[in-house]
Amino acid sequence: MNILTRILRTPLGIAAVVMLTLVVATAIFAPILWGEEAAAVDTDNMLAGPSLEHPIGTDQLGRDLLLRVLVATRLSVTLAVLATLVAVSAGLILGVAPLLLGRHIGRGVTWLVGVAVAFPGLLLALSFAVIFGSGWLGAVLAIGLAGAPSFARLCQTLIAGVASRDFVAAARIGGVGRFRVLTRHVLPNIGEPLIVNATIGAGGALLAFAGLSFIGLGVQPPDYDWGRLMMEGLLGIYVNPLAALAPGMAVVIAGLSFNLVGEAAARSLGIQVGGFTSKVRKAASKPVTAPAAVVAADAADNDDVVLDVRDLRVSFPGPAGDVRPVRGVSFSVRRGEAVGIVGESGSGKSVTALSIAQLVESPGVVEAKALSFLGEDLVHGDTARHRKLLGTSLAMVFQDPMTSFNPTKRMGAQLAEVATEHQGLSRKEALARAIDRLDAVRITDPAQRAKQYPHEFSGGMRQRAMIGMGLMGAPALIIADEPTTALDVTVQQQVLDLLEAIRERDDVALLLISHDVSVVAEVCDRVLVMYAGRIVEDLPAADLATAAKHPYTRALLAAVPDMDTHLHLPLATIAGRPVDPAQLPEGCAYAARCPLADARCRAVDPHLATDEDGDRVACWRAGEPMPLGMPQVRTGVETNETEGVLV
Amino acid sequence: MTTAAALPAEDTRTARENRWLRFTLRRSGRLLASLWVLVTAAFLMMHLVPGDPVRAAMGPTAPAAVVEARRESLGLNDPIWQQYLDYLQGLFTGDLGTSIGSQLPVAETIAQRLPATAALAVLAFLVAVIIAIPTGIAIAVATRRGRGRRLELGFTSSSVFISTIPDFLLGVFLVWVFGVSLGWLPVAGRGGPESYILPVIALAVGPAAILARIVRVEMLGVLETDFVRTARAKRLPLWRIYLSHALPNAVTASLTLAGLMLSSLVVGTVLVESVFAWPGLGSTIVSSIQLKDYPLVQGTVLVYGVGVLVVNTIVDLVLATLDPRTTVAEH
Repeated sequence: MNILTRILRTPLGIAAVVMLTLVVATAIFAPILWGEEAAAVDTDNMLAGPSLEHPIGTDQLGRDLLLRVLVATRLSVTLAVLATLVAVSAGLILGVAPLLLGRHIGRGVTWLVGVAVAFPGLLLALSFAVIFGSGWLGAVLAIGLAGAPSFARLCQTLIAGVASRDFVAAARIGGVGRFRVLTRHVLPNIGEPLIVNATIGAGGALLAFAGLSFIGLGVQPPDYDWGRLMMEGLLGIYVNPLAALAPGMAVVIAGLSFNLVGEAAARSLGIQVGGFTSKVRKAASKPVTAPAAVVAADAADNDDVVLDVRDLRVSFPGPAGDVRPVRGVSFSVRRGEAVGIVGESGSGKSVTALSIAQLVESPGVVEAKALSFLGEDLVHGDTARHRKLLGTSLAMVFQDPMTSFNPTKRMGAQLAEVATEHQGLSRKEALARAIDRLDAVRITDPAQRAKQYPHEFSGGMRQRAMIGMGLMGAPALIIADEPTTALDVTVQQQVLDLLEAIRERDDVALLLISHDVSVVAEVCDRVLVMYAGRIVEDLPAADLATAAKHPYTRALLAAVPDMDTHLHLPLATIAGRPVDPAQLPEGCAYAARCPLADARCRAVDPHLATDEDGDRVACWRAGEPMPLGMPQVRTGVETNETEGVLV
Repeated sequence: MTTAAALPAEDTRTARENRWLRFTLRRSGRLLASLWVLVTAAFLMMHLVPGDPVRAAMGPTAPAAVVEARRESLGLNDPIWQQYLDYLQGLFTGDLGTSIGSQLPVAETIAQRLPATAALAVLAFLVAVIIAIPTGIAIAVATRRGRGRRLELGFTSSSVFISTIPDFLLGVFLVWVFGVSLGWLPVAGRGGPESYILPVIALAVGPAAILARIVRVEMLGVLETDFVRTARAKRLPLWRIYLSHALPNAVTASLTLAGLMLSSLVVGTVLVESVFAWPGLGSTIVSSIQLKDYPLVQGTVLVYGVGVLVVNTIVDLVLATLDPRTTVAEH
């Protein structure tokens, strides 16, 4: 009953139950009410078309077809249910056989079921129909046994799920007999899904029965079911099409009602619910009142600038308003310069990288006062030209090299297609270049490696190949989004060294996104610290250790363990959780976690202000000494959750 | 996975080829075993018929001497293991026995009838795939990331509804619309190309609806993967991203289903042939079951079964070629 109420909660469930109830009611009452009338021969009205007296006409003996279709419900449904019972019982016997008969015989049964399942039900039903002969009983057995292998398979799967559970193992060890284990512990636990599948199966059996009767192998006269009526109707389809179509519609309606009830039950039992679940978190309705960022003035007038970003904003629609992971980011990158962006997860650093690379997809919206790459305005203008420019001059390196390559394509082909697409090389030339590039990123035996698939590469090799893919063109900028995070510690350094070498050799600029301050400090010239979708500090990497002014930057640095860190002490973390981009506070976003925060911090959001050295910081209390006991130290277990660990 | 990568390139290449070879061998072994089960089942079928199959076929009025002579000529008086060996031996020489009714070799009848059925099944399969894959991709792209909610609802509900209509019923409906009402297309028999249209549609629509749904779901998943983002980062044209990068990765589940579809299509022809009076194997198996012509039934069941097994094997091998991970995944 509980299941029924749950099914009835959805409109589809209600419709399905109502349909099935009508079908069952017709099956019960139609033969009582009209059984005799439907069999009444009327020689004056043979093969008549639709009329007031006979809404869908009569058959070759003048019997009313509407009544016959209604009366046939009982036999059609009953036979389908019987066949389903045969299928479930036989399937259950075959399915539990491995459990009762022991391992060796059980394996044989499982194997046979596996072979039988490969054959379509109709073929099995036809074969059984040969043995059992035509007629309703033969057809019930034929359709039932034909359905048995798939039910046996289902039982095996369900039993395997239950049998591995602890209570079954405990019962076995406790000396409970096999049969008792089956009846007491296994069957009650597979009952629900079995009944649900049997309901769906009854719909299938109904259709199968109609098919068998339709070709004359099922119900024989004088009995009649829907399939039989269709067969007779088809002969006179030029005279009265309804004679064939009406029983057909009855079959579809009844079959659908069984199916839908089964599906609705499956859903309400939580067996499977599909649908798109948005990754976007709930957004607050509070509008963001962001002060316009003060842009460093020296950016645009410099020819050396590879990338210039001004007031970049990204928003995603959420169920309760837009979520804004990036809220007004401005910076520029010069030729050959290495700029790092650090911050915790959710700080907007990766979305910043993706939006610069024009990889944010609808429904995400990217806005910027300026977003120019090699002097080309990426916000407006020719997209075809942008495609070529970005395809050849911008290289992307993603976090997880395992998933970032297409598993079904050879490595060489994946690199080569950049050149065939943008540089007009032939396939052969492009492959030669791909091999050359693999060699350039220090992959040994590149010609052989190019013929391999991504899963045959190791993690570090894949990441080097990803860098090599960026080198197919002549990149002016490499955007590397957490390029070492997914790698073993031993290969992390190799990848960083490779990026460094490429940068030096070709004067390529690097935008390195990382949660790891120590990586950024090692590789980069300049560091942008992001928090809650904004840059909160912008300073030379060399000054990180000594001259960081923002409390957040200092907390990040303090959380980096070094050689002096005691191994038995818990890892240092930043207290509190990163702010939810959907629920931004009135004042400084970091105020809630900041030991220096005062009333002003909580009330007014600080601007990103440029100081006399050209560094930028967004903090009312920048550079003030930290109170004693900072940073707060918490246990290492929690640190993993907040991702505040910075190793 | 990392162990393979640690080896030198030369070794991993041969390892991959070996893996493919091993997979092919294993799969062929399974095919042979399934064939044996099929053949044995077909053989036993005649012996499981209650009573005397020859008497059943010839009717109660046939003289006992004639029945006995026919039993003798069919070898039914031999011990059962002898009959089994004879049957197997016959199969190897292409001898499927002799029809009780027509006295013609079963193999001959089947050879005559098979092309009509095979043409129907293959055409219907191709039509289903050609409709389903572009539809599935297009709907996936249009309903990505919560877009096109109405389209999604309409597509899902209509494809579910369409796929529950059995093919022979759809056939009757098509006969009524295009044959009886409009008179556009022939509704019975096998003639020119136009005679194929209705039976092929009747067979293809249901599988196409199911396949389109699977392709859509698979594509939705693949379009969110990192390697599709990489393809976009390479600034490839959209058609290349969808067809060359996403589709082969969405095809594993779709093709597995398509294989099951094709094998049930092969058998589904039985009912559709009976709607359209199609002179194929379907009408042969139906009439031979009704006439209790057991050798002919045996032969046709065997041919359908072999068709199904061969299709399944081909699908598995194609999958292994398209997606190199399949060979690794199976134990």
